[in-house]
Amino acid sequence: MSEPLLQVTGLGKRFGGFVALDGIDLAVNRGERVGLIGPNGSGKSTLVNCICGTLANETGSIRFSGDDISTLKTHQRTRRGIARSFQLPRPFASLTVAENLRVPLLYTVDARGGPRMSTIDIDARCADLLELVGLADKAGWRPRDLTQVDMRKLELARAMAAEPQLLIADESMAGLSQVEVADIVALLIALNGHGVTIILIEHIMRAVMQFSQRLVVLVSGAKIADGAPEVVIRDPQVERAYLGQ
Amino acid sequence: MIVRSSVFLSICAAVAAGIFGAASLIGNDYVFFAGYVVLQFVVLAQAWNILGGYTGYVNFGSAAFFALGAYASVFLHKYYPLPLPLLIAIGGVVSGLAGLGMGYLTLRLRGAFFAIATLAFAVVLQTLVVNWNYVGGARGAYVIRPDSVWPVGSYVHYLFLLMLALAIIAVAMSRAIERSRLGYGFATIRDDELAAEASGVPTLRLKLIATTLSGALMGMAGAPFPYYIGYVQPAAAFGLDYAVNAIAMPMIGGTGTWYGPLIGAVLVASLQQWATVSISSELSLLVVGLLLVGFVIVAPGGIVGLARRYLWSAS
Amino acid sequence: MDISIDLLINALVAGLLLGGFYAAVTVGVSISFGILDIVNIAHPAFIILGSYLAYKLNYWPGLDPILTSILLLPLFYVIGWLVYQIYHAAFERYGQESLRGLAFFFGLLFITEVMLILTFGVDYRYVAASYIGPSLHLGIVDLPLRMLVPCLVSLALFVALQLFLSTTFTGRAIMAVAQDQLALRLVACSPIRIKRIAFAISIATTSIAGALLIIIQPVEPSIGREYIGRIFAICVLGGLGSLPGMLIGAMLLGIVESLTSTFYGPSWAPAVAFGFLLVTLAVRPAGLLGR
Repeated sequence: MSEPLLQVTGLGKRFGGFVALDGIDLAVNRGERVGLIGPNGSGKSTLVNCICGTLANETGSIRFSGDDISTLKTHQRTRRGIARSFQLPRPFASLTVAENLRVPLLYTVDARGGPRMSTIDIDARCADLLELVGLADKAGWRPRDLTQVDMRKLELARAMAAEPQLLIADESMAGLSQVEVADIVALLIALNGHGVTIILIEHIMRAVMQFSQRLVVLVSGAKIADGAPEVVIRDPQVERAYLGQ
Repeated sequence: MIVRSSVFLSICAAVAAGIFGAASLIGNDYVFFAGYVVLQFVVLAQAWNILGGYTGYVNFGSAAFFALGAYASVFLHKYYPLPLPLLIAIGGVVSGLAGLGMGYLTLRLRGAFFAIATLAFAVVLQTLVVNWNYVGGARGAYVIRPDSVWPVGSYVHYLFLLMLALAIIAVAMSRAIERSRLGYGFATIRDDELAAEASGVPTLRLKLIATTLSGALMGMAGAPFPYYIGYVQPAAAFGLDYAVNAIAMPMIGGTGTWYGPLIGAVLVASLQQWATVSISSELSLLVVGLLLVGFVIVAPGGIVGLARRYLWSAS
Repeated sequence: MDISIDLLINALVAGLLLGGFYAAVTVGVSISFGILDIVNIAHPAFIILGSYLAYKLNYWPGLDPILTSILLLPLFYVIGWLVYQIYHAAFERYGQESLRGLAFFFGLLFITEVMLILTFGVDYRYVAASYIGPSLHLGIVDLPLRMLVPCLVSLALFVALQLFLSTTFTGRAIMAVAQDQLALRLVACSPIRIKRIAFAISIATTSIAGALLIIIQPVEPSIGREYIGRIFAICVLGGLGSLPGMLIGAMLLGIVESLTSTFYGPSWAPAVAFGFLLVTLAVRPAGLLGR
């Protein structure tokens, strides 16, 4: 049994007196599709921020591909292979849609060593990604001219452009129509088929159930369930956490 | 319009030769004195823009790097007079290192704190210089300007030529950065530093590069200053007008591009030179301050931004 | 170095008095930066303006500077009100406060300084008042009245503001606006209006601070710049948004400056505040996400 791709052990994070994360243990195996759900304020985004290095955890450890990454900065973790999309899209406003995707290609993919990528190569990968998320015709647009939906797609595409081993998609489907949600789920499953491990954080239960091989539930900074989706949603604690909201 | 760098540099050289030739034809040395100042501000504006315009980190302490270059020259002049190009290089190194140091101390700070910290850095440096008697302290230092330099002739012409060369270097460097991988990195830092880090951009390293380059250029602009002015005093060298001009010119011209600061510097510096002669130097400073506030409120994209809007709405 | 106890104690006392005065200088920024998150680096410019107005009315018709400053409170309140209006309309609404807002205030600072130079010239100006000159002598301690009176006025100002912020509705709304604008709206209070009042108050304090400044020392237009560092050093030292913390920070800075001035010479004084600031910021920076 090989080591999990991502091993989070006893992760703790406080903001002043407020405990955002209370000793979280999470193991994600290579190639898995994990869904992460929980009520608002349960600490999902904080967990993502800690894994990616945007926030520093106070206790616990994070191992990726067998290495302890807790001392690495965010950009170093991205280069190691962890990519994330932000819950509220954060595009580079002064760059075009296509240029937004070039940044991770230039600074992550091309920085991983090996021969320098040519401009043609970078442009080609850019175009492929745009095609994949359906933004090809808006390549030269500025993010401020995009619809909310397209901005979320751009956000996801930018994370994908970093060619990660582990992709954390933080609520990328908010506001999308049923068809669009289905498209994104299909996209992510296809990506997973190419070997990308994915953690999906979502509130849209149908998407989560469709997508996940494993479901993790976070409530008030603690993990209360972790297992097969059909089993987890029938867990009385989980029901209480959601119905009680 | 894609213009290759080599072509661009040739154009620059041609324009420079033209400027020098025209200035010589006018026959009045004042043109060279005033022109020197304008060119100096072109360098300062471009330098500021690398940090402030490209990466979005506002530097209020520009005067410090300029003055450091000037005082490096003063220090060395007392020791052993060196040829100016060498002094310029040394000024660049000294101020570049200072930029690196300042960056290291301050770059982990949020935007506003960073700006205040740069001001703090400038005042600390100024206080150090004021208390350093070897370079004259608060009383100032005299630097005797040689009369002529082979093969140019008049020393003022020589200074003008040097500053012209520096201006070309500054403009070419800005342009090269803007279109490069580094430029993309800078832009992402300006747009959203968090997202930049998440995309793999080593933000701290790039920001340090920006402060170092910016500082170095400013130091290079400051190195010939003692020879130009003859008498260097901390109050003048570290003067607020350098800080304000270094910010006002790129903001009025248009930050974020290589030609914005050039336009801003040429226009505003020329305006100031004219105003100093015809009205008063204080009023000319007042005008710069008013222009800065006006543009910041009404036309944040500067002249370049206005031109783009006008062209875009006309088409 | 043979440190005479006399000198040390007097330096400490002078530092405390100075620190008290610094509190008046900083309290406005505690509000505008600490509570409203507006980086008003032009704050010292308004203080200097207050100093010059106190000078003018002291010259003729010979009004006491502190009286002048109180009379001018409404004027400064209105100025603050207007400045916030411009700031809000031009920057805050679009969420682009950072670079442009800073440049705006920097420009204001500069314009004010230049206009003062044009109007008054670069000579030092000072005021005449009955308490400038005499000192109280308590044993080995000298309490120059020109420092004691401003310190006391400053503390009075501080207490008044603290009471206002904690007991009145508007005051508490101001404290609340920093934390939860939505909740404020729900109690039928316009956050913009509250912020405007808060900013206007912060500028009004400069009227008093300015009068106190010119009592303590002669003033010339470029003095404002030294105070930028002091003000923000105190804010950072004392913790943003906490008025009592600011007072402690002010005292601390006053003492360190006074000791430096006494034992190393006054030309090093400006570096103290700014050096403090740099070191504090470098060692305990307000990082990107509290990292």
